Amino acid sequence: MNPVNYLYLAALLFTIGAAGVLIRRNAIVVFMCIELMLNACNLTFVAFSRMHGNLDGQIIAFFTMVVAAAEVVVGLAIIVLLFRSRHSASVDDASLMKL
Amino acid sequence: MTNSENLIALLVAAPLLGAVVLLCGGRRLDRSGHWIGTLFAAASFVVGAVLFVDMLGKGADERAMHQSLYDWIPVEGFQADVAFQLDQLSMTFVLLITGVGSLIHVYSIGYMEHDERRRRFFGYLNLFLAAMLLLVLADNYLLLYVGWEGVGLASYLLIGFWQHKPSAATAAKKAFLVNRVGDMGLSIAIMLMFTTFGTFTFGPVLEATGETSEGTLTAIGLLLLLAACGKSAQVPLQSWLGDAMEGPTPVSALIHAATMVTAGVYLITRSGAIFNAAPDAQLAVAVVGAVTLIFGAIVGCAKDDIKKALAGSTMSQIGYMILAAGLGPIGYAFAIMHLVTHGFFKAGLFLGAGSVMHGMNDEVDMRKYGGLRKYMPITFVTFGLGYLAIIGFPGLSGFFSKDKIIEAAFAKGGTEGWILGCTALLGAAITAYYMTRVMLLTFFGEKRWQPAPDPDKAPSVEPGIEVHPGEMPHPHESPKSMTIPMVVLAFGSVFAGGLFSLNDSFVNWLKPVTEFEHGHPPISATVITSATVVALVIGLGIAYVQYGRRPVPTLAPRGSLLTRAARRDLLQDDFNHVVLVRGGEHLTRSLVYVDHTLVDGVVNGTAASFGGLSGRLRKLQNGYARTYAVSMFGGTAVLIAATLLMRAV
Amino acid sequence: MSFPLLTVTAALPAIGAIATAAVPAAGRTAAKWLALLFSLGTLVLAAVVLVRFEPGGDRYQLTESHAWIKDFGVRYELGVDGIGVALLALTALLIPFVILAGWHDADPSPASAGDTPVETKKYRWRPTQGFFALILAVEAMVILSFEATDVFLFYILFEAMLIPMYFLIGGFGDRAHAGSDENASAQRSYAAVKFLLYNLVGGLIMLAAVIGLYVVAGSFSLNEIAEARAAGTLDMATNTERLLFLGFFFAFAVKAPLWPLHTWLPNAMGEATAPVAVLITAVVDKVGTFAMLRYCLQLFPEASKWATPVILVLALISIVYGALLAVGQRDIKRLVAYASISHFGFIILGIFAMTSQGQSGATLYMVNHGISTAALMLVAGFLISRRGSRLIADYGGVQKVAPVLAGTFLIGGLATLSLPGLAPFVSEFLVLVGTFARYPVAGIIATFGIVLAALYTLVLYQRTMTGPVKAEVRGMPDLKVRELAVVAPLIALLLFLGVFPKPLTDIVNPAVEHTMSDVQKKDPKPEVEAAK
Repeated sequence: MNPVNYLYLAALLFTIGAAGVLIRRNAIVVFMCIELMLNACNLTFVAFSRMHGNLDGQIIAFFTMVVAAAEVVVGLAIIVLLFRSRHSASVDDASLMKL
Repeated sequence: MTNSENLIALLVAAPLLGAVVLLCGGRRLDRSGHWIGTLFAAASFVVGAVLFVDMLGKGADERAMHQSLYDWIPVEGFQADVAFQLDQLSMTFVLLITGVGSLIHVYSIGYMEHDERRRRFFGYLNLFLAAMLLLVLADNYLLLYVGWEGVGLASYLLIGFWQHKPSAATAAKKAFLVNRVGDMGLSIAIMLMFTTFGTFTFGPVLEATGETSEGTLTAIGLLLLLAACGKSAQVPLQSWLGDAMEGPTPVSALIHAATMVTAGVYLITRSGAIFNAAPDAQLAVAVVGAVTLIFGAIVGCAKDDIKKALAGSTMSQIGYMILAAGLGPIGYAFAIMHLVTHGFFKAGLFLGAGSVMHGMNDEVDMRKYGGLRKYMPITFVTFGLGYLAIIGFPGLSGFFSKDKIIEAAFAKGGTEGWILGCTALLGAAITAYYMTRVMLLTFFGEKRWQPAPDPDKAPSVEPGIEVHPGEMPHPHESPKSMTIPMVVLAFGSVFAGGLFSLNDSFVNWLKPVTEFEHGHPPISATVITSATVVALVIGLGIAYVQYGRRPVPTLAPRGSLLTRAARRDLLQDDFNHVVLVRGGEHLTRSLVYVDHTLVDGVVNGTAASFGGLSGRLRKLQNGYARTYAVSMFGGTAVLIAATLLMRAV
Repeated sequence: MSFPLLTVTAALPAIGAIATAAVPAAGRTAAKWLALLFSLGTLVLAAVVLVRFEPGGDRYQLTESHAWIKDFGVRYELGVDGIGVALLALTALLIPFVILAGWHDADPSPASAGDTPVETKKYRWRPTQGFFALILAVEAMVILSFEATDVFLFYILFEAMLIPMYFLIGGFGDRAHAGSDENASAQRSYAAVKFLLYNLVGGLIMLAAVIGLYVVAGSFSLNEIAEARAAGTLDMATNTERLLFLGFFFAFAVKAPLWPLHTWLPNAMGEATAPVAVLITAVVDKVGTFAMLRYCLQLFPEASKWATPVILVLALISIVYGALLAVGQRDIKRLVAYASISHFGFIILGIFAMTSQGQSGATLYMVNHGISTAALMLVAGFLISRRGSRLIADYGGVQKVAPVLAGTFLIGGLATLSLPGLAPFVSEFLVLVGTFARYPVAGIIATFGIVLAALYTLVLYQRTMTGPVKAEVRGMPDLKVRELAVVAPLIALLLFLGVFPKPLTDIVNPAVEHTMSDVQKKDPKPEVEAAK
């Protein structure tokens, strides 16, 4: 199968993720969209790895997974704390970080 | 190389050591300070006398001595030595300075007896002697400049000795500042010498005058003249001398009559070779002298304050000297001769004035004296002899020296000679007038004494002397320590001139240093001498009619326009006040404003505009995570687009 | 390897700073003595440097060189020439006096100690220790900046010394303040921030130039750049050189300070305590003029010559403008600050006149100005601490009450107006002669400065010291032993260097010759010789 098709899929996934981050207000959904974007990137790395015939892309994909896992841990914890204090998971409610 | 050369430094070192001891010694020297000061001054005089005797024993051309101590400022291409040169000209000054200086130290012992800060007074006097000796002994212009400023400092300290009086403090500051303007001339002159000759040692500079352009020499000459004007109180920098009379009277006698104010004459005479090669500058010197001799005389006529009248007279007499020095080789020797005789009689007159004030509760207004000859006989006689000397009474010192200057002025030749000569003659007449006025007001006529003023209202009363308000003065003769110096100076006033003129001894003595040419006036010397005597009689007569025959009012009448102007120093101070003081104040005030609003304002404005900009920019930070995300995506999109675009191109 | 004398000289005050800062809150007096001891130790080391330095020897002596940041070619390179030695000695000499003069400046004030005793204990607030530690820290950095021969190392020190200075100005203000406490503290922090911002901006521009220099020359080492220049392998386009020169010069002109970048100085000196004011003008600012002489002229000789006319004009403006503003001041310390601006004008004039006399004079001027301003400012500080006011109008007749104080104040003032016989005269005259030899008009204009100097000094003296004794001044004590111990040696030094400046000129002259050969300038010949 043509590896370019994987790239198209990755681009599609990335776009969906980006749109989700921008449009949705629920923190969990935003979070999931970010994961979607990360995985779209992973897909690209792997596809390119395959295309160029070396393993660099796959190694970086592993890196990304580790980082994503760490991010999930921290991110979910923040969201849970946010929900506890505000009884809402809307990202627009947390807008105090401004000058 | 003889041993006596090594003594030169001692001349300066002795009074300097005295000053250090007295000023750092603290209160434990309060009781003996005046003796220490006098001792060091006298020691310097003794050294001077020894050197003089030594010098007399040599041939005329071998008399100059030189002592080099060390290299002062060793910098590439720059030679400034601490080295002394003692020739006939310097020797004359050394004897005058240490001699009169020692006498005035003695006088001050009595005069300052009641002052609690007498020790410091003697310290300052010693400091002055050291600086003045340095000035006349230096072998280069830079070292001379050190002495030049040193005497300025001593003068500043002594004029302002009674610092609690605002008028004294102001007068001291004024003297220093006006002198600084002159000093500026001297320092630029030294710089010009350095760039022209590569050195500022007297010998090489004066020998090399033939090798450079007349323009440069004229510039140097005029700058030196500016310096001389400042130090010697010549027009246009004369305004400080009258105010300087705020200082104690011995100071006025020593510094502002006999020695320091004549430094300008020394400078011009010493730099004779430069002026000889620059006739324009030389003429300027003569003109300044002539203008000042009239200016000072007019001021002297109008003053009622005895010391200020004498100050006007000093100005005028130094005008004579400067005039003579501006005549070139025909005048240098006479300038110095008049300087020495003037040193005697003017110091004597000032000491006499001090003695009068001492007896009159420090009253200085001559209109409140009168008839003092019976009460103060010694003062009267010595003052009288000084008076006769200064007006040029035939046979006394002033006659010989002044007459020679008038002759030389005529001998200048041409229209200039006539103008200068006639000015000098006119000056002689005015001198006779104002000095007779001083004499008559002080010692003759009826008593016009006034009760002592309330010291609170008249802060001019010198401290330490107990004055009870309302008490009438009890004039009395001053103590011996004061009268003896007056007697000695009176002897000088009477005999010095005759002695110097005997076989032209003084001229011959100075000839190797200053050069000398016999001037040939267009009219015979006898005629000039007779004219001088006639001028003297006229001036004396007018004064007698005005002040001897009629009663003198205690309060000064309003007087003519000229009198009123002369009382205010011919409006020089008013001019200075309006133009320099006011103008300067406005300038500094507006500059302070500019510095605060403009220079600082630009910076503060920049800071404020950055503050405003950041205030606007921070509105972009609204706290919504999505907005930040949009800007991130937008930024990335722009970057990618730009990259692609670049690649496409 | 030989003993790293220069490093030790700079390290000793740094160690002293740490040691002083570590003294517990109760040991205030011990901290003072410790600081004084360390500063005296540094003075001894500086004296050793002075002795070991051979005036006729190599250009840079007592050199040390170690790799530091290899990737950027930054080295820890030290070495001193005559100019550096002279200023190093000046710094080491002045700091003990600064410490001694500021003995009580950082004591907790009785009022605030009474108000908040609990708080003081809780936070273990130790202002005294901090004050003296900061002074020693400044000393360490200034000394090292005089020793550095690596541009990057110098840059770091040039910037780093701002930090302790900022705290010294902002944290320990003058207690004699006209306004309320809040007002005083607001003005103080304004002055401190202004000081910091001005110098930071200068430093940033210099940083750009430092990087630029590395790009062009491939090295930060003065020696290597000089070798490359001598071998002709240094390829620096005219415009590049000019830009780099401007970058360096701007920073130094801010620090020196040169008109119109001077306005931070009066604020800083006015608000800081007198010893800190001395630290600013007599020590830290000297780094600016020193760097002009060492870095601007040596690294960018052609550009220096190109910029000379403009710099001379600015220096002349500084001289006259500073003096005129000094005349118009009502605050004693601001007056001294403006007088210093005028004097820095003289120093810069001497440096850029490009004659041996001018540059020797400028170097001597840095040393002499340090001593004379220290004398004047410290006595002014003693005066101010007695009456609690900085305004000239609040004084009058002090001479009658405290003659020794007045006498020393007068001598300090006379040194400021360059009276012959005192050290500043020698340097000022050299600068004037050196300038006049090449630019007569500039020399004449600068000479006006001496009249104005007399004006502001004597007006200051007259208004504060003479006249009738004011009621508030009555009973004012004369100088104490500690205060006399500060002033007397400074005055003795002023007299000594005024009468016999040879020891100083001997050290400085060879260095100046090197600089003159850097810029390839020769002294103008006297007219008479030139004609022959």
